[in-house]
Amino acid sequence: MTEKNTNGLKSGSNLERILREGHFAVTGELGPPQSADGAVIREKAELLKGYCDAANITDNQTAIVRMSSIGAGAIVQQEGLEPIIQMTCRDRNRLAIQSDILGAYALGTRNVLCLTGDHQSFGNHPTAKNVHDLDSVHLIQMVVKMRDEACFDCGDEMKGVEPRFFVGAAANPFGDPFEWRPYRLAKKVKAGADFIQTQLIYNTERFAEYMQKVRELGLHEQVYILAGIGPLKSPGMARYMRDQVPGLDVPNKWVDRMTEATKGIDKDDKKARRDAWRQEGISIAVDLIKELRQVEGVAGVHVMAIEWEEAVKPIVDGAGLLPRPELSPLPPSDPKKKAS
Amino acid sequence: MIVAEQKPLEEIKSLIADYQNVLVVGCGTCVTVCFAGGEKEAGILASSLRMATKLDGNTKQVDHLVVQRQCEWEYIDPIKEQVDKADIVLSIGCGIGVQALVERFPDAIVVPGLNTTFLGLPTEQGIWEERCAACGECILGLTGGICPIARCAKQLLNGPCGGSQNGMCEINPDTPCAWQLIYDKLESQGRLELIMEIFPSKDWSNSRDGGPRKITREDLRLAAEETE
Repeated sequence: MTEKNTNGLKSGSNLERILREGHFAVTGELGPPQSADGAVIREKAELLKGYCDAANITDNQTAIVRMSSIGAGAIVQQEGLEPIIQMTCRDRNRLAIQSDILGAYALGTRNVLCLTGDHQSFGNHPTAKNVHDLDSVHLIQMVVKMRDEACFDCGDEMKGVEPRFFVGAAANPFGDPFEWRPYRLAKKVKAGADFIQTQLIYNTERFAEYMQKVRELGLHEQVYILAGIGPLKSPGMARYMRDQVPGLDVPNKWVDRMTEATKGIDKDDKKARRDAWRQEGISIAVDLIKELRQVEGVAGVHVMAIEWEEAVKPIVDGAGLLPRPELSPLPPSDPKKKAS
Repeated sequence: MIVAEQKPLEEIKSLIADYQNVLVVGCGTCVTVCFAGGEKEAGILASSLRMATKLDGNTKQVDHLVVQRQCEWEYIDPIKEQVDKADIVLSIGCGIGVQALVERFPDAIVVPGLNTTFLGLPTEQGIWEERCAACGECILGLTGGICPIARCAKQLLNGPCGGSQNGMCEINPDTPCAWQLIYDKLESQGRLELIMEIFPSKDWSNSRDGGPRKITREDLRLAAEETE
């Protein structure tokens, strides 16, 4: 393998450096618009900048067509917020994914999150054909191979600059079979994932049980695990997530807290009710972060406040995670030092 | 077997609208077993079309017959005369049967009366389920005999995804999660090591993605025998 000018880092991304330096990382999430309006991205980036170390840019999330994660990610990058480009296997085959990876790197992005992708039946084009040439584990392998071996999936050597991404993957501790989940995470780690962002966690006891097994497998020492946090907006949303969303586990205590948040508020005062719910949602998210931070092997949190980006600041602040560490610029790279 | 279901009568009526003499051709194999295109269904469809076109004020002549296997020349050659007499042939064989008639009777206009749906089996009376995607490279030996290509909505080779809940797939609460089935099977047999390692990405060139597929068995070809 050729030695690379990497300062000993895999990608040199802010997220990679934050994690490697032992800071408790915070990532956010930014959903691109269902339009070609770059101004929306800039506004949302402004709401997240300074309050997270990097932000996921979703890739046609829930199978609804939106501005591409790479296009939106490039704008976010220009705005001074570091993007994590989400990439799903639903819409692209291995050719398209690799060319997008090259393009995303050339545009300056340095983190990628490898996902299977929500099924198209949930989105606005349910008659579409899905691709799934690769699954998320293969996608991780491919992006890692492009970085570490400077070659394409087919084995052809890359001539010129290879894309050096900090490679992430998702994990759902609450999907079934529950006892298999740590082993599936192990596959992603073996494939070469550098960091993991989990599904939204509301059931901390069950998550702790999952992490116990993760630690037994030694995975927490091989990959940075960022726990997924999502502020609840209303008791209705809490109930919906508890009852209707597969792969989510929302204990009743949170639903109750959301319901009780409007106690004493006039039913007709919609604004006051909404504000009280949102305040409680943020407060629950803060409590969750404080609890999850104590779990051994949790290296950070991933705050998903889609279409409520304003919530990120008070959540991160409330959890005592502000200000975010400012890293000094990377020193000139030492060609002798190899990425570890 | 090949599982199919009949198209809506309105769609069939529009397919045959411009023709007077209609010949419904059923098939005695897969589509008979799945109650879509056998003797009984051919008869019912023919009389339904006669009645429907009569009600519409344009009574058509609709005859029907069933061949044992619509996908083999030797079974369809004997119906040449009836095909020639008809203005249009309404095949209620699978898509293969339709195309066999088209290839064998170049002048005939042949339209499908069924939607060929999948390769599967009747799991109980009246219920058919998909089991095989004919991917051209069988991996059942490594997945506990349960196919993730045919039965996982995302064709995952390292599943299950996060949408597996209580044994069911997130896309439909009536669809079992293939990877839960695989896990349960291998776990009960003490063979989970089969899925501990990363299952490599699939060579789709053996599947439809490699273009239409063809198998040539020189040992079976008549021409090969003659030249020896």
